[in-house]
Amino acid sequence: MTLPVDLFAQALNGLSYGILLFLLSVGLTLIFGMLDVVNLAHGSLYMLGAYAGLTVIAITGDFWLALLLAPIAVGLVGLVIERICLRPLYRRGALDQVLLTFGLVYLFEDLVKWIWGGRIRSIAPPAMFSGSVTIWGATVPSYRLFVIAFGIAVAALLWLLIERTRLGAIIRAGVFDAEMASGMGIDTERVFSAVFGFGAALAGLSGVIAGPIQSAQPPMGATILIPALIVVVVGGLGSLKGSFVGSLVIGQAETFGKAWLPGVSMLMIYVVMVAILLLRPQGLFGRPLR
Amino acid sequence: MTEAGSTGGRARVVAGAAGAAALFAAIAAFPLVAGNYPVKLLQEILVWGVFAMSLDLLMGRAGMVSFGHSAFFGVGGYVAALSLAKAPGLASALALPALAAAVAAVVIGFFSIRASGVYFIMLTLAFSQMFYAVTFQAAWLGAEDGLVGVPRPVVPGVDLGRSLAFHLYLVGLVGLAALVLVRVARSPFGHVLRGIFENEARMEALGYPVARYKLIAFAVAGTVAGIAGALYTQLTGSITPDAFLWTTSGEALLMVIIGGIGTLGGAVLGAATFILLQSLVSSYTERWMLILGLTFVLFVLFAPGGIAGALRGRIGLRA
Repeated sequence: MTLPVDLFAQALNGLSYGILLFLLSVGLTLIFGMLDVVNLAHGSLYMLGAYAGLTVIAITGDFWLALLLAPIAVGLVGLVIERICLRPLYRRGALDQVLLTFGLVYLFEDLVKWIWGGRIRSIAPPAMFSGSVTIWGATVPSYRLFVIAFGIAVAALLWLLIERTRLGAIIRAGVFDAEMASGMGIDTERVFSAVFGFGAALAGLSGVIAGPIQSAQPPMGATILIPALIVVVVGGLGSLKGSFVGSLVIGQAETFGKAWLPGVSMLMIYVVMVAILLLRPQGLFGRPLR
Repeated sequence: MTEAGSTGGRARVVAGAAGAAALFAAIAAFPLVAGNYPVKLLQEILVWGVFAMSLDLLMGRAGMVSFGHSAFFGVGGYVAALSLAKAPGLASALALPALAAAVAAVVIGFFSIRASGVYFIMLTLAFSQMFYAVTFQAAWLGAEDGLVGVPRPVVPGVDLGRSLAFHLYLVGLVGLAALVLVRVARSPFGHVLRGIFENEARMEALGYPVARYKLIAFAVAGTVAGIAGALYTQLTGSITPDAFLWTTSGEALLMVIIGGIGTLGGAVLGAATFILLQSLVSSYTERWMLILGLTFVLFVLFAPGGIAGALRGRIGLRA
């Protein structure tokens, strides 16, 4: 392959990975913005989504049904977590909640091993996107193109939801200042539940989407969490736009690192993070820290 | 924690010291009465206990919850492995690892302490993962297999390859580290840290250089964690990138929380609970992680004071 074609292929790869990171990190950043909780179990919910998707596909053979049902199931799990584990801790402060979600990481990883077994399972892409296409001389799996289009559509819908609807206005108010929002008569408890459940569903959705690219295995949750957290930090905590731009940046950094600097590729995303934080400590679109 | 000079007076201090000495002697003599496996478990508990205690100094005294404490454990472990392979003296086994961990802690601390709360958690976590990323891919550090076959140190006249000698060496060092941490926690310095934990703005207003105090606390905790890492390498004869993994920091956090945050001794109790539970549970079932996660969730929800806190409530000891 010639250099420009190679560049293009890598960039597309990075874009699809970045979109995947966006689907995952947008829930993380919303939950953080709203509840002040760094949900360390967010990667576990992603893993749960992938396995729930596997089961739906095993039963129905329909990828699209999995894409619909698995996020709903994971969203319900999220609601239960919020209700049972997080709500009693709101008065005790954010740190206890972070610690609790760390316990959930272990719990879920083992639960998945118990239910589905520890071996690597792969999800077949839907028949319609199982081939590959050639664009400008580069061969690209068509599923990756679908991921890119799907992710952009989700981003647009989220933007509409948050910027243009009444519910979105409530969420923005809560992210900006939850206490004040509650003082204005908004039932923040219910909004907290809804946001956590919604974020969990998005994590589940990204798990299904990731299935055909990365295959499902129990450590996937703990592994994907770190890049997702980095996206949130780079983009600016609580910022939707930040998590979109941050995801694309980190996606490219990771992909080009793997292709061009294989010896230190794992370090790339941290280098990018440190560079961005040195220039903008609050992240690309974050509000200045105090 | 029972503070020296409070209500109980001298008698309680003497009783406490006598109790500690008796415990120390019992731990030192343990290999005389127990087999290889229990001794190995005890040694593991001691090493992890030091690691957890150093984190508790940071969390329980200064209120700095770090999710990247594994960075110093790993640095200590790797430096010990590299230098022991070159020269098997005490400098390689302890001094160099401690120094390297201290330097790493000052650098990471310099960038991290400006942030607080969850921002501090994320920064420390990212820094420790950077070490993981580097060691995982560095061929000269054995990449993902890490460094194995690390020789035990040789002290003039004593061969620590022998198991009893090594046990005494380990117990002595762990005791020393515990003593240092307790002294630091109870020193005027420790009380300033406590003050920063309670009300940072007020300490600032009182004229304390809060940032410098936090950095020193971070460096002290990091140095001790480095020594724990060095001892871990000597105990197991190997070190892998997993030492740096964020879940290693998380496990130390777990021990601190299970034992009881802010009690130092509780951290060792937490380490003992963790390791004994692990060995017990894994001999009956494969579901060790499930039980661990569940235990931890229940502790955070219902016993935020940990074992030490629960004991204190039960027998009416005062904080």
